[in-house]
Amino acid sequence: MTTLTVIAGTRAERDQTFVDTVCRLADDVAATHADAVDREARFPIEAIDALRAHGALSAFVPCALGGGGVSFGALATACLELGRRCGTSAMVFAMHQIQVATMVRHLDDAPWFADYLRDVAAGQRLIASATSEVGTGGDMRRSVAAVTPADGGWLTFEKQAPTVSYGAYADDVFLTLRRAPEAEPGDQVIVLARAEQTTLEQMGSWDPLGMRGTCSPGYVVRARIAAEQMLPTPFARVCTESVVPISHILWSHLWLGIATDAFDRARAFVRASARRQPGTQPPSAQRLSHLMSELSLLRAETSSGLADFLAGSEEPGRERLSTMAAVLRFNNLKIAASEQAPRICQGALSVCGIVGYKNDTPYSVGRHLRDSLSACLMVANERIHQTNAGLLLIAKDV
Amino acid sequence: MNDLIRQVIAEHGRLPVDVHALGDEADLYRAGMTSHASVNVMLAIENAFDVEFPDAMLNRSSFESIAAIAVALAALNQEVAA
Repeated sequence: MTTLTVIAGTRAERDQTFVDTVCRLADDVAATHADAVDREARFPIEAIDALRAHGALSAFVPCALGGGGVSFGALATACLELGRRCGTSAMVFAMHQIQVATMVRHLDDAPWFADYLRDVAAGQRLIASATSEVGTGGDMRRSVAAVTPADGGWLTFEKQAPTVSYGAYADDVFLTLRRAPEAEPGDQVIVLARAEQTTLEQMGSWDPLGMRGTCSPGYVVRARIAAEQMLPTPFARVCTESVVPISHILWSHLWLGIATDAFDRARAFVRASARRQPGTQPPSAQRLSHLMSELSLLRAETSSGLADFLAGSEEPGRERLSTMAAVLRFNNLKIAASEQAPRICQGALSVCGIVGYKNDTPYSVGRHLRDSLSACLMVANERIHQTNAGLLLIAKDV
Repeated sequence: MNDLIRQVIAEHGRLPVDVHALGDEADLYRAGMTSHASVNVMLAIENAFDVEFPDAMLNRSSFESIAAIAVALAALNQEVAA
Protein backbone atom coordinates (compact mmCIF):
# COMPACT_ATOMS: atom_id res chain seq x y z
CA MET A 1 0.00 0.00 0.00
CA THR A 2 1.28 3.42 -0.84
CA THR A 3 1.35 5.85 2.03
CA LEU A 4 0.74 9.36 0.87
CA THR A 5 2.27 12.23 2.76
CA VAL A 6 -0.45 13.92 4.72
CA ILE A 7 -0.88 17.32 3.19
CA ALA A 8 -2.66 19.66 5.52
CA GLY A 9 -5.07 21.77 3.52
CA THR A 10 -4.40 23.99 0.55
CA ARG A 11 -1.15 25.80 -0.11
CA ALA A 12 -2.71 29.04 1.15
CA GLU A 13 -3.56 27.33 4.44
CA ARG A 14 -0.08 25.84 4.72
CA ASP A 15 1.41 29.27 4.07
CA GLN A 16 -0.75 30.86 6.75
CA THR A 17 0.13 28.23 9.36
CA PHE A 18 3.82 28.51 8.54
CA VAL A 19 3.92 32.31 8.68
CA ASP A 20 1.90 32.34 11.94
CA THR A 21 4.33 29.83 13.47
CA VAL A 22 7.40 31.79 12.40
CA CYS A 23 5.87 35.03 13.76
CA ARG A 24 5.24 33.35 17.09
CA LEU A 25 8.77 31.91 17.28
CA ALA A 26 10.21 35.28 16.26
CA ASP A 27 8.37 36.97 19.14
CA ASP A 28 8.79 34.26 21.76
CA VAL A 29 12.27 32.96 21.02
CA ALA A 30 14.32 35.00 18.54
CA ALA A 31 13.49 38.37 20.15
CA THR A 32 14.27 37.09 23.65
CA HIS A 33 17.83 36.10 22.76
CA ALA A 34 18.62 38.70 20.08
CA ASP A 35 20.66 41.00 22.33
CA ALA A 36 22.70 38.17 23.87
CA VAL A 37 23.35 36.65 20.43
CA ASP A 38 24.60 40.05 19.26
CA ARG A 39 26.63 40.91 22.36
CA GLU A 40 28.33 37.54 22.63
CA ALA A 41 28.63 36.99 18.85
CA ARG A 42 27.15 33.56 19.38
CA PHE A 43 25.00 31.37 17.13
CA PRO A 44 21.23 31.88 17.69
CA ILE A 45 20.79 28.28 18.73
CA GLU A 46 17.47 28.83 20.56
CA ALA A 47 15.76 30.36 17.50
CA ILE A 48 17.17 27.81 15.06
CA ASP A 49 16.24 24.89 17.33
CA ALA A 50 12.72 26.28 17.69
CA LEU A 51 12.41 26.61 13.91
CA ARG A 52 13.70 23.04 13.58
CA ALA A 53 11.16 21.77 16.10
CA HIS A 54 8.40 23.16 13.87
CA GLY A 55 9.83 21.77 10.64
CA ALA A 56 10.61 25.25 9.33
CA LEU A 57 13.99 24.27 7.86
CA SER A 58 12.15 22.18 5.25
CA ALA A 59 9.19 24.53 4.80
CA PHE A 60 9.97 25.00 1.11
CA VAL A 61 10.67 21.32 0.41
CA PRO A 62 7.70 19.89 -1.52
CA CYS A 63 5.17 17.85 0.50
CA ALA A 64 5.97 14.82 -1.66
CA LEU A 65 9.51 14.84 -0.23
CA GLY A 66 8.27 15.28 3.32
CA GLY A 67 8.60 19.05 3.49
CA GLY A 68 6.17 21.80 4.37
CA GLY A 69 5.24 22.65 0.78
CA VAL A 70 4.88 26.38 1.40
CA SER A 71 5.17 29.02 -1.31
CA PHE A 72 8.24 31.13 -1.98
CA GLY A 73 6.26 34.20 -0.96
CA ALA A 74 5.64 32.67 2.47
CA LEU A 75 9.37 32.04 2.82
CA ALA A 76 10.08 35.70 2.07
CA THR A 77 7.49 36.80 4.64
CA ALA A 78 9.10 34.51 7.22
CA CYS A 79 12.50 36.20 6.60
CA LEU A 80 10.89 39.59 7.08
CA GLU A 81 9.19 38.58 10.33
CA LEU A 82 12.35 37.02 11.76
CA GLY A 83 14.30 40.11 10.69
CA ARG A 84 12.00 42.26 12.82
CA ARG A 85 13.08 40.37 15.93
CA CYS A 86 16.65 39.17 15.32
CA GLY A 87 18.68 40.02 12.21
CA THR A 88 21.10 37.17 12.84
CA SER A 89 18.38 34.50 13.15
CA ALA A 90 16.76 35.85 9.99
CA MET A 91 20.05 35.73 8.09
CA VAL A 92 20.81 32.15 9.14
CA PHE A 93 17.27 31.13 8.16
CA ALA A 94 17.48 33.00 4.84
CA MET A 95 20.90 31.57 3.90
CA HIS A 96 19.68 28.04 4.59
CA GLN A 97 16.51 28.61 2.55
CA ILE A 98 18.50 29.97 -0.42
CA GLN A 99 20.28 26.61 -0.58
CA VAL A 100 17.07 24.61 -0.12
CA ALA A 101 15.09 26.63 -2.67
CA THR A 102 17.90 26.35 -5.23
CA MET A 103 17.93 22.57 -4.92
CA VAL A 104 14.13 22.36 -5.04
CA ARG A 105 14.06 24.39 -8.26
CA HIS A 106 16.74 22.31 -10.02
CA LEU A 107 15.80 18.76 -9.09
CA ASP A 108 15.48 17.60 -12.72
CA ASP A 109 17.44 14.39 -13.20
CA ALA A 110 18.98 14.73 -9.76
CA PRO A 111 17.66 11.80 -7.71
CA TRP A 112 20.42 12.16 -5.11
CA PHE A 113 19.23 15.68 -4.37
CA ALA A 114 15.61 14.54 -4.02
CA ASP A 115 16.75 11.96 -1.45
CA TYR A 116 18.87 14.58 0.25
CA LEU A 117 15.89 16.95 0.58
CA ARG A 118 13.97 14.07 2.21
CA ASP A 119 16.78 13.92 4.77
CA VAL A 120 16.63 17.68 5.28
CA ALA A 121 12.93 17.36 6.05
CA ALA A 122 13.26 14.28 8.27
CA GLY A 123 16.31 15.48 10.20
CA GLN A 124 15.85 19.26 9.88
CA ARG A 125 19.43 19.53 8.63
CA LEU A 126 20.93 23.02 8.49
CA ILE A 127 22.88 23.82 5.31
CA ALA A 128 25.79 26.26 5.25
CA SER A 129 27.00 28.00 2.15
CA ALA A 130 30.57 28.33 0.90
CA THR A 131 30.22 30.06 -2.45
CA SER A 132 32.92 32.70 -1.99
CA GLU A 133 36.58 31.80 -2.40
CA VAL A 134 40.02 33.21 -1.72
CA GLY A 135 41.60 34.33 -5.00
CA THR A 136 38.47 35.17 -7.01
CA GLY A 137 38.18 38.81 -5.94
CA GLY A 138 34.63 38.23 -4.71
CA ASP A 139 33.37 36.97 -8.07
CA MET A 140 30.96 34.11 -7.34
CA ARG A 141 31.02 33.13 -11.02
CA ARG A 142 34.61 31.91 -10.84
CA SER A 143 36.12 29.10 -8.80
CA VAL A 144 39.67 28.05 -8.03
CA ALA A 145 39.03 24.76 -6.22
CA ALA A 146 38.02 21.85 -8.43
CA VAL A 147 36.19 18.58 -8.10
CA THR A 148 39.02 16.04 -8.41
CA PRO A 149 38.71 12.30 -9.10
CA ALA A 150 40.10 10.07 -6.35
CA ASP A 151 40.38 6.35 -5.61
CA GLY A 152 37.31 4.14 -5.63
CA GLY A 153 35.24 6.44 -7.83
CA TRP A 154 35.10 9.14 -5.15
CA LEU A 155 35.63 12.81 -5.80
CA THR A 156 37.54 15.15 -3.50
CA PHE A 157 38.11 18.86 -3.19
CA GLU A 158 39.74 21.46 -0.98
CA LYS A 159 38.32 24.97 -1.02
CA GLN A 160 39.57 28.08 0.81
CA ALA A 161 36.37 29.92 1.69
CA PRO A 162 36.80 33.37 3.30
CA THR A 163 33.32 33.18 4.88
CA VAL A 164 31.25 30.10 5.52
CA SER A 165 27.94 31.13 7.02
CA TYR A 166 27.52 29.44 10.45
CA GLY A 167 29.99 26.79 9.27
CA ALA A 168 30.57 25.28 12.71
CA TYR A 169 26.83 24.87 13.36
CA ALA A 170 25.73 23.51 10.00
CA ASP A 171 25.05 19.89 9.18
CA ASP A 172 26.04 20.08 5.52
CA VAL A 173 27.75 22.49 3.12
CA PHE A 174 26.55 23.82 -0.23
CA LEU A 175 29.38 25.10 -2.39
CA THR A 176 30.61 26.00 -5.86
CA LEU A 177 33.60 24.32 -7.47
CA ARG A 178 35.14 23.94 -10.89
CA ARG A 179 33.65 20.91 -12.61
CA ALA A 180 37.02 19.14 -13.00
CA PRO A 181 40.74 19.84 -12.48
CA GLU A 182 41.11 20.91 -16.13
CA ALA A 183 37.90 23.00 -16.19
CA GLU A 184 38.02 26.76 -16.68
CA PRO A 185 37.30 29.04 -13.65
CA GLY A 186 33.79 29.80 -14.95
CA ASP A 187 32.87 26.15 -15.58
CA GLN A 188 31.32 25.58 -12.18
CA VAL A 189 29.01 23.10 -10.50
CA ILE A 190 27.12 23.14 -7.22
CA VAL A 191 28.11 20.45 -4.77
CA LEU A 192 26.33 19.41 -1.59
CA ALA A 193 28.77 17.84 0.86
CA ARG A 194 27.33 16.07 3.88
CA ALA A 195 28.74 16.62 7.35
CA GLU A 196 30.22 13.14 7.67
CA GLN A 197 32.10 13.60 4.38
CA THR A 198 33.47 17.03 5.24
CA THR A 199 36.12 18.60 7.44
CA LEU A 200 36.26 22.30 8.18
CA GLU A 201 39.51 23.92 9.25
CA GLN A 202 38.86 27.39 10.59
CA MET A 203 40.93 30.28 9.24
CA GLY A 204 40.87 33.48 11.23
CA SER A 205 38.39 34.77 13.77
CA TRP A 206 34.85 36.19 13.88
CA ASP A 207 34.30 39.50 15.66
CA PRO A 208 32.36 41.66 13.18
CA LEU A 209 30.41 44.91 13.46
CA GLY A 210 26.99 43.37 12.90
CA MET A 211 25.21 40.11 12.10
CA ARG A 212 27.47 38.87 14.86
CA GLY A 213 25.63 35.66 15.63
CA THR A 214 25.95 34.30 12.10
CA CYS A 215 29.41 33.05 13.16
CA SER A 216 30.82 33.02 9.64
CA PRO A 217 34.63 32.92 9.74
CA GLY A 218 36.68 31.50 6.91
CA TYR A 219 37.36 27.79 6.56
CA VAL A 220 39.34 25.41 4.45
CA VAL A 221 36.61 23.01 3.36
CA ARG A 222 37.77 19.49 2.46
CA ALA A 223 35.44 16.68 1.49
CA ARG A 224 35.12 13.36 -0.28
CA ILE A 225 31.87 13.04 -2.22
CA ALA A 226 30.14 10.88 -4.81
CA ALA A 227 29.61 12.09 -8.39
CA GLU A 228 25.83 12.40 -7.96
CA GLN A 229 26.37 15.07 -5.29
CA MET A 230 27.09 17.54 -8.10
CA LEU A 231 23.90 19.24 -9.27
CA PRO A 232 23.49 18.31 -12.98
CA THR A 233 22.37 21.80 -14.07
CA PRO A 234 25.45 24.00 -14.69
CA PHE A 235 26.00 26.68 -12.06
CA ALA A 236 25.80 29.45 -14.66
CA ARG A 237 22.12 28.64 -15.17
CA VAL A 238 21.35 27.87 -11.53
CA CYS A 239 22.96 31.15 -10.57
CA THR A 240 20.84 33.32 -12.87
CA GLU A 241 17.56 31.48 -12.38
CA SER A 242 17.80 30.83 -8.68
CA VAL A 243 20.82 31.61 -6.48
CA VAL A 244 21.12 35.31 -7.30
CA PRO A 245 17.43 36.36 -7.43
CA ILE A 246 16.51 34.19 -4.42
CA SER A 247 19.40 35.57 -2.35
CA HIS A 248 18.56 39.14 -3.23
CA ILE A 249 14.85 38.67 -2.47
CA LEU A 250 15.24 36.85 0.84
CA TRP A 251 17.99 39.21 2.01
CA SER A 252 15.93 42.26 1.06
CA HIS A 253 13.00 40.92 3.04
CA LEU A 254 15.05 40.41 6.17
CA TRP A 255 16.70 43.83 5.78
CA LEU A 256 13.20 45.26 5.46
CA GLY A 257 12.37 43.41 8.69
CA ILE A 258 15.31 45.01 10.50
CA ALA A 259 14.39 48.47 9.17
CA THR A 260 10.73 47.94 10.10
CA ASP A 261 11.63 47.19 13.71
CA ALA A 262 13.91 50.25 13.84
CA PHE A 263 10.98 52.31 12.54
CA ASP A 264 8.61 50.70 15.08
CA ARG A 265 11.00 51.62 17.89
CA ALA A 266 11.19 55.20 16.65
CA ARG A 267 7.39 55.28 16.49
CA ALA A 268 7.12 53.98 20.06
CA PHE A 269 9.54 56.67 21.16
CA VAL A 270 7.49 59.44 19.52
CA ARG A 271 4.25 58.10 21.01
CA ALA A 272 5.79 58.04 24.47
CA SER A 273 6.91 61.66 24.04
CA ALA A 274 3.46 62.70 22.80
CA ARG A 275 1.77 61.02 25.75
CA ARG A 276 3.85 63.02 28.17
CA GLN A 277 2.59 66.29 26.65
CA PRO A 278 -0.89 65.76 25.24
CA GLY A 279 -1.94 68.42 22.75
CA THR A 280 1.54 69.31 21.52
CA GLN A 281 3.18 67.50 18.67
CA PRO A 282 6.70 66.46 19.68
CA PRO A 283 9.44 67.71 17.32
CA SER A 284 10.39 64.10 16.57
CA ALA A 285 6.91 63.39 15.14
CA GLN A 286 7.69 65.05 11.85
CA ARG A 287 11.01 63.28 11.52
CA LEU A 288 9.10 60.03 11.99
CA SER A 289 6.86 60.97 9.10
CA HIS A 290 9.94 61.48 6.89
CA LEU A 291 11.19 58.10 8.03
CA MET A 292 7.95 56.45 7.05
CA SER A 293 8.37 57.69 3.46
CA GLU A 294 11.78 56.04 3.38
CA LEU A 295 10.34 52.81 4.74
CA SER A 296 7.58 52.84 2.10
CA LEU A 297 10.19 52.96 -0.65
CA LEU A 298 11.96 49.93 0.76
CA ARG A 299 8.67 48.05 1.14
CA ALA A 300 7.68 48.83 -2.45
CA GLU A 301 11.01 47.77 -3.94
CA THR A 302 11.08 44.56 -1.91
CA SER A 303 7.56 43.47 -2.73
CA SER A 304 7.80 44.33 -6.42
CA GLY A 305 11.07 42.37 -6.63
CA LEU A 306 9.29 39.36 -5.18
CA ALA A 307 6.33 39.76 -7.56
CA ASP A 308 8.64 39.97 -10.61
CA PHE A 309 10.48 36.86 -9.51
CA LEU A 310 7.27 34.88 -8.98
CA ALA A 311 5.98 35.94 -12.40
CA GLY A 312 9.27 34.93 -14.09
CA SER A 313 9.36 31.61 -12.21
CA GLU A 314 5.90 30.57 -13.38
CA GLU A 315 6.83 30.65 -17.04
CA PRO A 316 7.96 27.35 -18.56
CA GLY A 317 11.76 27.32 -18.83
CA ARG A 318 11.91 30.45 -16.64
CA GLU A 319 13.42 32.24 -19.62
CA ARG A 320 12.43 35.66 -18.43
CA LEU A 321 14.75 35.26 -15.43
CA SER A 322 17.75 34.86 -17.75
CA THR A 323 17.19 38.11 -19.62
CA MET A 324 19.49 41.04 -19.04
CA ALA A 325 16.53 43.06 -17.82
CA ALA A 326 15.90 40.46 -15.11
CA VAL A 327 19.55 40.29 -14.06
CA LEU A 328 19.62 44.08 -13.78
CA ARG A 329 16.29 44.10 -11.95
CA PHE A 330 17.33 41.69 -9.19
CA ASN A 331 20.74 43.31 -8.89
CA ASN A 332 19.06 46.66 -8.42
CA LEU A 333 16.79 45.20 -5.75
CA LYS A 334 19.87 44.17 -3.77
CA ILE A 335 21.64 47.50 -4.23
CA ALA A 336 18.55 49.55 -3.36
CA ALA A 337 17.50 47.50 -0.33
CA SER A 338 21.02 47.25 1.09
CA GLU A 339 21.41 51.03 0.91
CA GLN A 340 17.92 51.88 2.09
CA ALA A 341 17.80 49.62 5.18
CA PRO A 342 20.74 51.25 7.04
CA ARG A 343 19.43 54.66 5.99
CA ILE A 344 16.16 53.90 7.79
CA CYS A 345 17.96 52.55 10.86
CA GLN A 346 20.04 55.71 11.02
CA GLY A 347 16.88 57.80 10.63
CA ALA A 348 15.33 55.91 13.53
CA LEU A 349 18.42 56.72 15.58
CA SER A 350 18.04 60.42 14.88
CA VAL A 351 14.36 60.25 15.93
CA CYS A 352 15.17 58.49 19.22
CA GLY A 353 18.35 60.39 19.98
CA ILE A 354 20.43 59.23 22.94
CA VAL A 355 17.92 56.60 24.08
CA GLY A 356 18.23 55.02 20.65
CA TYR A 357 22.00 55.18 20.81
CA LYS A 358 22.15 53.45 24.19
CA ASN A 359 22.11 49.67 23.94
CA ASP A 360 19.77 48.97 26.84
CA THR A 361 16.56 50.92 26.24
CA PRO A 362 13.30 49.85 24.55
CA TYR A 363 14.25 52.30 21.78
CA SER A 364 17.81 51.00 21.12
CA VAL A 365 18.55 50.74 17.40
CA GLY A 366 22.32 50.22 17.48
CA ARG A 367 22.02 46.51 16.70
CA HIS A 368 19.65 47.26 13.82
CA LEU A 369 22.04 49.80 12.36
CA ARG A 370 25.06 47.53 12.71
CA ASP A 371 23.24 44.48 11.32
CA SER A 372 21.91 46.46 8.35
CA LEU A 373 25.38 47.78 7.50
CA SER A 374 26.39 44.26 6.48
CA ALA A 375 23.90 44.44 3.61
CA CYS A 376 26.06 46.41 1.17
CA LEU A 377 28.98 44.02 1.75
CA MET A 378 27.19 40.72 1.18
CA VAL A 379 28.38 40.58 -2.41
CA ALA A 380 29.84 44.08 -2.50
CA ASN A 381 27.56 46.61 -4.14
CA GLU A 382 30.42 47.97 -6.26
CA ARG A 383 30.93 44.51 -7.75
CA ILE A 384 27.24 44.38 -8.63
CA HIS A 385 27.46 47.86 -10.16
CA GLN A 386 30.40 46.61 -12.24
CA THR A 387 28.24 43.77 -13.61
CA ASN A 388 25.32 46.10 -14.23
CA ALA A 389 27.55 48.64 -15.97
CA GLY A 390 28.69 45.93 -18.37
CA LEU A 391 25.13 44.80 -19.09
CA LEU A 392 23.96 48.36 -19.65
CA LEU A 393 26.44 48.67 -22.51
CA ILE A 394 24.52 46.09 -24.46
CA ALA A 395 20.99 45.67 -23.06
CA LYS A 396 18.23 47.63 -24.79
CA ASP A 397 14.96 47.05 -22.90
CA VAL A 398 15.71 47.69 -19.26
CA MET B 1 30.84 34.92 -41.45
CA ASN B 2 32.23 32.38 -39.01
CA ASP B 3 35.77 33.63 -39.64
CA LEU B 4 34.81 37.17 -38.74
CA ILE B 5 32.99 35.92 -35.62
CA ARG B 6 36.06 33.91 -34.68
CA GLN B 7 38.24 36.96 -35.13
CA VAL B 8 35.98 39.04 -32.88
CA ILE B 9 36.11 36.34 -30.21
CA ALA B 10 39.89 36.17 -30.51
CA GLU B 11 40.05 39.90 -29.83
CA HIS B 12 37.37 40.24 -27.15
CA GLY B 13 36.56 36.80 -25.72
CA ARG B 14 39.65 36.64 -23.50
CA LEU B 15 39.73 32.89 -23.87
CA PRO B 16 42.59 31.02 -22.23
CA VAL B 17 42.79 28.85 -25.37
CA ASP B 18 43.33 29.70 -29.05
CA VAL B 19 39.90 30.27 -30.56
CA HIS B 20 41.19 29.12 -33.96
CA ALA B 21 41.66 25.68 -32.44
CA LEU B 22 37.98 25.57 -31.42
CA GLY B 23 35.26 24.13 -33.64
CA ASP B 24 32.20 26.15 -34.60
CA GLU B 25 30.07 24.14 -32.17
CA ALA B 26 32.48 24.31 -29.20
CA ASP B 27 30.99 25.75 -26.02
CA LEU B 28 32.68 29.10 -25.52
CA TYR B 29 31.71 29.29 -21.84
CA ARG B 30 33.21 25.87 -21.20
CA ALA B 31 36.29 27.13 -23.06
CA GLY B 32 36.59 29.86 -20.44
CA MET B 33 34.64 32.87 -21.72
CA THR B 34 33.42 34.79 -18.66
CA SER B 35 30.07 36.56 -18.57
CA HIS B 36 31.96 39.86 -18.51
CA ALA B 37 33.90 38.95 -21.64
CA SER B 38 30.71 37.77 -23.33
CA VAL B 39 29.25 41.29 -23.04
CA ASN B 40 32.31 42.60 -24.87
CA VAL B 41 31.90 39.93 -27.53
CA MET B 42 28.25 40.92 -28.00
CA LEU B 43 29.21 44.58 -28.37
CA ALA B 44 32.02 43.80 -30.79
CA ILE B 45 29.81 41.52 -32.90
CA GLU B 46 27.20 44.28 -33.13
CA ASN B 47 29.93 46.62 -34.26
CA ALA B 48 31.57 44.23 -36.73
CA PHE B 49 28.30 43.29 -38.45
CA ASP B 50 26.63 46.67 -37.98
CA VAL B 51 23.58 45.18 -36.27
CA GLU B 52 21.75 45.58 -32.97
CA PHE B 53 20.64 42.44 -31.23
CA PRO B 54 17.27 42.73 -29.51
CA ASP B 55 17.42 41.75 -25.81
CA ALA B 56 15.62 38.49 -26.54
CA MET B 57 18.70 37.35 -28.49
CA LEU B 58 21.22 38.56 -25.95
CA ASN B 59 21.14 35.45 -23.85
CA ARG B 60 23.65 32.85 -22.95
CA SER B 61 22.54 30.30 -25.51
CA SER B 62 22.76 32.73 -28.47
CA PHE B 63 26.42 33.31 -27.67
CA GLU B 64 27.53 29.90 -26.48
CA SER B 65 29.29 28.95 -29.73
CA ILE B 66 30.43 30.43 -33.01
CA ALA B 67 27.66 28.50 -34.79
CA ALA B 68 25.03 29.89 -32.36
CA ILE B 69 26.21 33.44 -32.98
CA ALA B 70 26.01 32.82 -36.74
CA VAL B 71 22.42 31.55 -36.34
CA ALA B 72 21.50 34.65 -34.31
CA LEU B 73 23.05 36.92 -36.96
CA ALA B 74 21.21 35.09 -39.75
CA ALA B 75 17.91 35.41 -37.89
CA LEU B 76 18.53 39.10 -37.43
CA ASN B 77 19.32 39.64 -41.12
CA GLN B 78 16.16 37.80 -42.09
CA GLU B 79 14.15 40.11 -39.85
CA VAL B 80 15.74 43.12 -41.52
CA ALA B 81 15.05 41.71 -44.99
CA ALA B 82 11.43 40.88 -44.19
